[in-house]
Amino acid sequence: MSEELFTNLAIFVLSLLVGFEVMSKIPATLQTPMMSGANAIHGVVIVGAFVIAAEANSTLFYILAFFGAFFAAVNVAGGYTVTDRMLGMFDRKPKPGDNAGEGDQK
Amino acid sequence: MSILQTCSSLVYLVSAVCYVMGVHLMRSPKTARQGNGLSAIGMLMAVVTIVINVLIEGKITTMGWGVLLVGGILGIVYGAVKAQKVPMTDVPQLVSLFNAVGGGAAAVIGIFDYLMKGDGASLSIAFSLPVLLDVIIGGITFSGSLIATGKLSGHVSGKPITFPGARLLNILVVIAILGSAVMMIGFTTNVWYVVLGLAMSLCFGLLMTLPIGGADMPVVVSLLNAFTGLAVAFAGFVINNQVLIIAGALVGAAGTILTLQMAEAMNRSVANILAGGFGTGDSDSGSAGADVPVDVKETSADDIGLQLAYAQNVMIVPGYGLAAAQAQHEVAELAKVLTDKGINVNYAIHPVAGRMPGHMNVLLADVNVPYDQMKQLDDANPMFESTDVALVIGANDVTNPLARESGNAISGMPILDVDKAKSVVVIKRSMSTGYAGVQNPLFSLDNTQMFFSDAKKGLQDIVASAKQYLE
Repeated sequence: MSEELFTNLAIFVLSLLVGFEVMSKIPATLQTPMMSGANAIHGVVIVGAFVIAAEANSTLFYILAFFGAFFAAVNVAGGYTVTDRMLGMFDRKPKPGDNAGEGDQK
Repeated sequence: MSILQTCSSLVYLVSAVCYVMGVHLMRSPKTARQGNGLSAIGMLMAVVTIVINVLIEGKITTMGWGVLLVGGILGIVYGAVKAQKVPMTDVPQLVSLFNAVGGGAAAVIGIFDYLMKGDGASLSIAFSLPVLLDVIIGGITFSGSLIATGKLSGHVSGKPITFPGARLLNILVVIAILGSAVMMIGFTTNVWYVVLGLAMSLCFGLLMTLPIGGADMPVVVSLLNAFTGLAVAFAGFVINNQVLIIAGALVGAAGTILTLQMAEAMNRSVANILAGGFGTGDSDSGSAGADVPVDVKETSADDIGLQLAYAQNVMIVPGYGLAAAQAQHEVAELAKVLTDKGINVNYAIHPVAGRMPGHMNVLLADVNVPYDQMKQLDDANPMFESTDVALVIGANDVTNPLARESGNAISGMPILDVDKAKSVVVIKRSMSTGYAGVQNPLFSLDNTQMFFSDAKKGLQDIVASAKQYLE
């Protein structure tokens, strides 16, 4: 086993443990936003899309890199935006902030 | 290690810390939004770092920049616009869609590197194994999440879809996946091996999700979300990038815990949900409570308006039907009409009311319902004793008193004690059973009246009627 793989494996296992630890009992109110927030975090795959695009050198690889970049960008941009919108609704009271207009009663 | 590598690794480490702290802050309502913001800052740092790396290394072709920018910008615009515009009732399917593309991106990275690095040579298992796991898990979450999106949005039937031979087909698909795994690890690279692996994992995602009923989808989406995290972590192994490994593993683990908690809130086990076939409503489970008399008292919007106008304490019990009919504006309007005349109005919110755990809070917050009127299960239940009218809107199983007894599909599930209210009015489209397929004896109690209507239309009529009596 190469040193590189071993380091990565150690990081992987320890990060799993951190994930289990950091997630204690979540109030039901926050379960949907939490899922959406976690979904946004795996949008970090966009870093990988840059890595492959930098190596692409033929049509097939360009096509793959395009889809990688598109998919990852949707994940990361959409994920953070929708999570923020959801959470913004909970602290609307003090300031009728950003998207209050659409919440108004008809 | 060059200076660039050192700096990049350090920034990646800081961004990983941001994700962990972000998730940590998201556990409490007060700090949740900051938590998401912190995690977004970490993401921005990671993206800036990789852009600088790509620029300095200078290996990228013009065409490479082209696909990256076009794909990236299209993706950002599409994702952000969708996320801004989506009505709060449709959030679950959107999250599932974002999850699908995340898994897709991870699979694409695996395929790319397999073809690029392999190029006819045989690969070390240290490389081919992560590629394999990345492509297979990514493929499963891609197709599985798309089906989940379809089921939640109604493009795919929400009923469990099963067919004869499904089990056999499942086994064949798993064998094919294992076959492609052996070929990818043990033989020199060949584009068809990875195509087979991808195609079979897409099939597996389909077969896994189709038999599961629509109301179980939230738990499935959460599970697939955890899967995507793992796929991204394996993509990190493939391209040797630690921030992908840390963030992916974090989501994989945290998502697993969240999935278990969601399943628990719905009184189901994850294994039970994945087995599928639950929630047909007309199958064997329906007969369990069939001996319950179905003679119910019907009432009209006019009469409900009158009852509400002369009540002192009103408890609104919103459920899935309210979310599905998008009647949250109407319910908020009714509450406002009543509170303006000094009537106490509260909402009793079951943890799994709506389309996902916690979804009802989001829906009601969206229409400016004051946070202190939303009573969670434990706070709401003692209040029913002094409630004059409990208005149940599109909720069924979460109010079913049978849950207190043993021997049925919902035994032991925490419920709202709606039957303790002086008078109960149920707005519902028909007498059909709820998701669990169990008859609800609440509907035939002496103090219960039924109003058969779509939640939105029914509430509009009730608002009109209540206004008339209150003026």
